[in-house]
Amino acid sequence: MKRIGVFICHCGVNIADTVDVELLTEKLADYPGIAHIENYMFMCSDPGQNLIKDAVKTHKLDSVVVAACSPTLHESTFQNAIAEVDVNKYQLEIGNIREQCSWVHSNKEEGTRKAELIIKTAVEKAKLNQSLDPVSAPLTKRVLIIGGGIAGIQAALDIADGGYEVVLVEKKPSIGGHMIQLSETFPTLDCSQCILTPKMVQLGKHKNIKLYVNSEVEAIGGFMGNFKVTIKRQPQYVDPDKCTLCDDCTVACPVVVPSEYDEGLTYRKAIYVPFPQAIPASYTIDTENCLGFEPIACGECKKACLAEAIDYDKKEEIFIEDFGAVILATGFDLYPVENIPEYGYGKYLDVLNGLQFERILSATGPTGGKMLRPSDGKVPKEIVFIQCSGSRDPERHKPYCSKICCMYTLKHAKLYKHKVHDGQPYIFYIDIRSGGKRYEEFIQEGVSEDGIVYIRGKVAKIYKEGDKMIVHGMDTLTGHKVKIKADMVVLAQSIVPSEGSGKLFKTLKLGTDSNGFMSEAHPKLRPLESLQSGFYLAGAGQGPKDIPDAVSQASGAAAKVLALMSNDEVQHEPIIATVDENKCSGCSVCIGTCPYGARELNEDRIAAVNDILCEGCGACISACPSGASQQKNLTDDQIMKMINVIIN
Amino acid sequence: MRKFEPKIVCFLCKWCTYAGADLAGTSRLQYPPNGVVIKTLCSSRIDPEHILYAFQQGSDGVFIGGCHPGDCHYQSGNYKTKRRVLLLQNMLKQLGLDSKRLRLEWISASEGNKFAAAMKEFTETIRNLGPIPKLDKEENNQ
Repeated sequence: MKRIGVFICHCGVNIADTVDVELLTEKLADYPGIAHIENYMFMCSDPGQNLIKDAVKTHKLDSVVVAACSPTLHESTFQNAIAEVDVNKYQLEIGNIREQCSWVHSNKEEGTRKAELIIKTAVEKAKLNQSLDPVSAPLTKRVLIIGGGIAGIQAALDIADGGYEVVLVEKKPSIGGHMIQLSETFPTLDCSQCILTPKMVQLGKHKNIKLYVNSEVEAIGGFMGNFKVTIKRQPQYVDPDKCTLCDDCTVACPVVVPSEYDEGLTYRKAIYVPFPQAIPASYTIDTENCLGFEPIACGECKKACLAEAIDYDKKEEIFIEDFGAVILATGFDLYPVENIPEYGYGKYLDVLNGLQFERILSATGPTGGKMLRPSDGKVPKEIVFIQCSGSRDPERHKPYCSKICCMYTLKHAKLYKHKVHDGQPYIFYIDIRSGGKRYEEFIQEGVSEDGIVYIRGKVAKIYKEGDKMIVHGMDTLTGHKVKIKADMVVLAQSIVPSEGSGKLFKTLKLGTDSNGFMSEAHPKLRPLESLQSGFYLAGAGQGPKDIPDAVSQASGAAAKVLALMSNDEVQHEPIIATVDENKCSGCSVCIGTCPYGARELNEDRIAAVNDILCEGCGACISACPSGASQQKNLTDDQIMKMINVIIN
Repeated sequence: MRKFEPKIVCFLCKWCTYAGADLAGTSRLQYPPNGVVIKTLCSSRIDPEHILYAFQQGSDGVFIGGCHPGDCHYQSGNYKTKRRVLLLQNMLKQLGLDSKRLRLEWISASEGNKFAAAMKEFTETIRNLGPIPKLDKEENNQ
């Protein structure tokens, strides 16, 4: 029989006013299993804790029940106290007689009776509690980051600077993400490339960072601290060590395809550098558009390359690497505006998406930074910007606010006005959401100083008349219809999870919300982690975000990972599922109920528990038809003993 | 005559309803003392057998508190609980028990007032239903 000590706290008058502490102490002294019982004014104080520790030693207690405030407050205090006198911390039970008894009842007789039941349930549970050790496993001190946009770059640099090895996987031929396409950034109007490229260069040269471009994660195995990841790298066919970046190959290449970097406003060749500041700075052959080299259909680039850097025989490579943690920085794409046919995108050259307009504004863009419209190269004198193109439209498109469009549309209008002084920008909006440091001031300046006209309402249709784009909309503040003869239209589309990220999340078994954004472990208190242990979130793949938010989240995720990496092993709570091999029939019901993939049939057809993956929810235990599964320190037996106490 | 005081077993999930019950305490909201709490990590830990056992032992009511749909700390545990409780409520009818004796509520950590109100209301419901009929096999056979 266990020797249990019960310690009842008065909490000043907080408990003692409604619960007769002295009476309970006397009454419970003979309760089976209680070897020692006493009460004290403030059990959480140092003298209170010393009283418990002394009693443990004097009365040789091997389990302790503290009847006091809620376990959220002082459970760890008392766990640590008994651990100091060599009692396992899982031998502690709290009877919550303050928040769930003395504070919610006023009749002392009733309060005392309920407190008695609460203490007895805790004692019954304590009788069967086992001493447990945290679950631990070795930790691989390497980090995988998926996605090379600003969030992935920031997280990689922070972790690499912390001294740990990082592998960054990017599916495109260069890192930089969407940020490298931007002209200036709100609200400071500093040049996006000027602030991003130093970080890209730093990443490319960092001794702790290995970069895989043209690469994707194919498969993952293992668990937090011990992931085994399969990475597939497409060949680029150009040896970056030999390539001198002379550009002779692109001149020779006869194939012309729309440039991804310029959002289709210019063209590139099938052998190309994505953009001048690309990291790694190297050419790539785009095999989808190349005329082919199996057999060689053209071969012009190879002939033109005097450095002999081109090798058509390169094959895709598979790398299997070990990691302790994974950061997902998969980013965003724009909602396909072809889904909104009334706006005429794709039909009219002068209806542009937000990123295309960024390229026109950019000094490295198709017009060299001059404000010219794509159809005829004229300077547009009137531009209509349409916010919420696809956002906040639950019936037809996306229900959520894309968060950054109010700000970047204003920035677009402002930069346009800086280039075309006599031009007139109009912005159609539903609401202006400018929460952020210096954001509201930025909007107000735009209205008062730059003469930007805001029209509250939605656009119904856009069509071409002569060389003008006719925009029909409604001003919902005046109730009048609006017709604008514009030279150009710019759409601020919704932000959606990047193409292919859904497939990746499936491969990694990560949860997403109904819009495909990664789910965080807790929306408020654990926003940087996935519910799956060992996965951390950064950037717009978790939800629409501007640059400062993406960078903050990336640094936050990096800090989480650095904290993990500072340990020698991974540890977590041992209150998890167990299986009785003699009872398990291998029916696999538990496997389907586990949200963590912690149950798996082993070679003996036993549904074994992976101690590291199990989070202890208990769903599999109550689903088990043969009673083979139990939860440590909350077994069926313990629950039934507690029920008995409550009822009898 | 002394009023009938029901005995109620409350299973509360640690993350939402247990915290909601704590908040009811911090806010000093008063409710009847009939329910005594068994804390689980997730409402999905509660086996229908635990509930039946409670009724069999003489519990007049069983209350289960979990996280709101979509808020489960373990992704989907509360949905499993919902399905189990619905099935069990049907089964209670077949056993000759009023299905109102088993109550499932979604109460978040910020809903102390909802917890106190639910406790009051559920205790009153059970008080009106009266003591649970004996489910004990032997007594039924007599």
